[in-house]
Amino acid sequence: MKKIIALALALVLCMALAVTASADASVYYLNFKPEQDAQWQELAKIYTEQTGVPVTVVTAASGDYETTLMSEIEKSECPTLFQVNGPVGLANWTDYCYDLADTELVKHLTNDAFALKEGDAVKGVAYVIETYGIIANTKLLEKAGYTVADITNFETLKKVAEDIQARKAELGLDGAFTSAGMDGSSDWRFKTHLANMPIYYEYQADGIGNTAAIKGTYLDNYKAIWDLYINNGTCEPALLASKTGNDAVAEFVGEKAVFYQNGTWAWNDVKELGAENLTMLPIYIGVEGEENQGLCTGTENYWCVNAIAEQEDIDATIAFLEWVITSEEGRKCMSQDMGFVVPFDTFTGEYASTNPLVAVDTALTAAGKAPVSWNFPTMPSEEWKNGVGSALTAYAAGTGDWAAVVSAFVDGWATEYALTH
Amino acid sequence: MENAIKKYWPVFLLPTLAAFIIGFIWPFLWGIYLSFHKFITVSKTTFVGLDNYIKVFQDATFVEAFWFTARFTIVSTILINIFAFALALTLTRGLRGTNAFRTVFFLPNLIGGIVLGYIWQILLNGLLTNLGLPLLALDARYGFWGLIILMCWQQIGYMMIIYIAGLQNVPGDLIEAASIDGATSFQTLIKVKLPMVMPSVTICTFLTLTNSFKLFDQNLALTGGEPAKASQMLALNIYDTFYARAGAQWKGIGQAKAVVFFLLVISISLVQLYFTRRKEVQQ
Repeated sequence: MKKIIALALALVLCMALAVTASADASVYYLNFKPEQDAQWQELAKIYTEQTGVPVTVVTAASGDYETTLMSEIEKSECPTLFQVNGPVGLANWTDYCYDLADTELVKHLTNDAFALKEGDAVKGVAYVIETYGIIANTKLLEKAGYTVADITNFETLKKVAEDIQARKAELGLDGAFTSAGMDGSSDWRFKTHLANMPIYYEYQADGIGNTAAIKGTYLDNYKAIWDLYINNGTCEPALLASKTGNDAVAEFVGEKAVFYQNGTWAWNDVKELGAENLTMLPIYIGVEGEENQGLCTGTENYWCVNAIAEQEDIDATIAFLEWVITSEEGRKCMSQDMGFVVPFDTFTGEYASTNPLVAVDTALTAAGKAPVSWNFPTMPSEEWKNGVGSALTAYAAGTGDWAAVVSAFVDGWATEYALTH
Repeated sequence: MENAIKKYWPVFLLPTLAAFIIGFIWPFLWGIYLSFHKFITVSKTTFVGLDNYIKVFQDATFVEAFWFTARFTIVSTILINIFAFALALTLTRGLRGTNAFRTVFFLPNLIGGIVLGYIWQILLNGLLTNLGLPLLALDARYGFWGLIILMCWQQIGYMMIIYIAGLQNVPGDLIEAASIDGATSFQTLIKVKLPMVMPSVTICTFLTLTNSFKLFDQNLALTGGEPAKASQMLALNIYDTFYARAGAQWKGIGQAKAVVFFLLVISISLVQLYFTRRKEVQQ
């Protein structure tokens, strides 16, 4: 038995030795966006070649970021750089976020709003700005006898959409809108992104940026736009429960529908239609003065530096990020290869984004339209979104009524807010 | 040789024991420890006493999920075992092509639960659309029966193999003696075969009962708990508690639910084992 104990002790000793043999300063980025994994790997390699500082980039599988982060951050070689999606995500991780207020990153931000603050401390810095709206196929729109200029508010959007829907056979379409699929691959477009609209207008009306209890002032408008989507789509509303994100892409790219609600990140999916045939319209929901409304622009991607990492690793990470946003390689990679709109003042001229859907947003903003901010990071929890999503699906199929959506939206908000605070 | 084994048995035991401790005992104890804490990561925890457990029983969705799971478990355990036993009886009669049929019935068991869930979702939704009925995600009744169909399809083949093994072990002389005594084939089945395959029945009911109670993949893929959690089973409820809400306290509550869940599974399967074991006979 003594031999066993000795053996076990020897093993423990070996393990202890392996753990204490730590390396010099290094960077470990737990990346959120699988689409850009290859570019980050490449960038990490270049940085290591130039400076000798090892940079590891690991990308979490889609939808598994929180889970991956939870286990990775426990390790002795924990991520020094990770990301949160906004105030709600920060609530989980605030103890792990290093204050970035004194770094170059914050100084280079084009707008103070892109810093995720807690008091005076800057806990996160946005690194990509995205925009969504209703992507429209202008070729089909013109074939139906309309132009983008005809659509300036909800009323005109409804008129055009319903007319197209009525003449869909003649136009060779399946519907005006792509299917508003409520499968998990697509339901976020409605339970999160579309739900941002009534929240945005309510926050505007009340002059707030967050709330413990939503009133649902603009839920009739939410109903109006949802009715428009489901009744003028490519399929029966009852079938939406099983429609996926790919279904909507296929319908849009196959030129079976004119309108498709999604964002700048979807450019690669739809680009084969040709930039000259595509544009993006604001999501009008019938609020007074919406003729001046722009696209929904914001971010849910904030870089956070791990506060519990070794100080030298923290410094190395900040140096890496500063290099990414100021060096030629870093800027080229982020703006052109990753296709991001990056909210730092170093990204001008040739480092501006080439995404045509981004150009639409820039043009609209230049024309004086007011961008709609992203308020969905203030939604109380995933659970709340799921509740609204279920109710929307049931309403579309006719197995539930709109009152259930209102209840999930308003009562659900208060309940979930109380449960998470 | 025997002496050497006597002397060195701990060395032979050690690898398995170590794996068991690292992979099971240690996480299990950690799990219990964490259920009394609130935490985001397991190295930074705050003790909250019994708070988590109190909240588990205040959570109506957990209780609802329990009843859904209970109903599902009863129906699926009965159906799977009856069909599997019937198939085993048919396929031990020496019919032509018996082996081919056994293979075919066993095959679904080789496909993972998530994949099966999505395949059956497409199949069943297609059927419901053609019948003009609400889809799986819209009506919990269809979700329930969809899950039953899926589980039967997946599990019957596996249980059938166990029953076949049991039936083949029934001594031929017993059956012969029964037929000489004038027993009908039904009497032979009830009075001779069934008591003799009771060990298989014990195993199969145990497996189907615990599998159904712990069902996760198929539930996630087929219905995802829709509509509004009405088809959510316990394992999925725990998963949602842990991941779908922001804030430290929810991890602890999820963990407490998992401990309660563990106790439920253990007690139900012990009761089942006690009752089916009593019916087993010595050969």
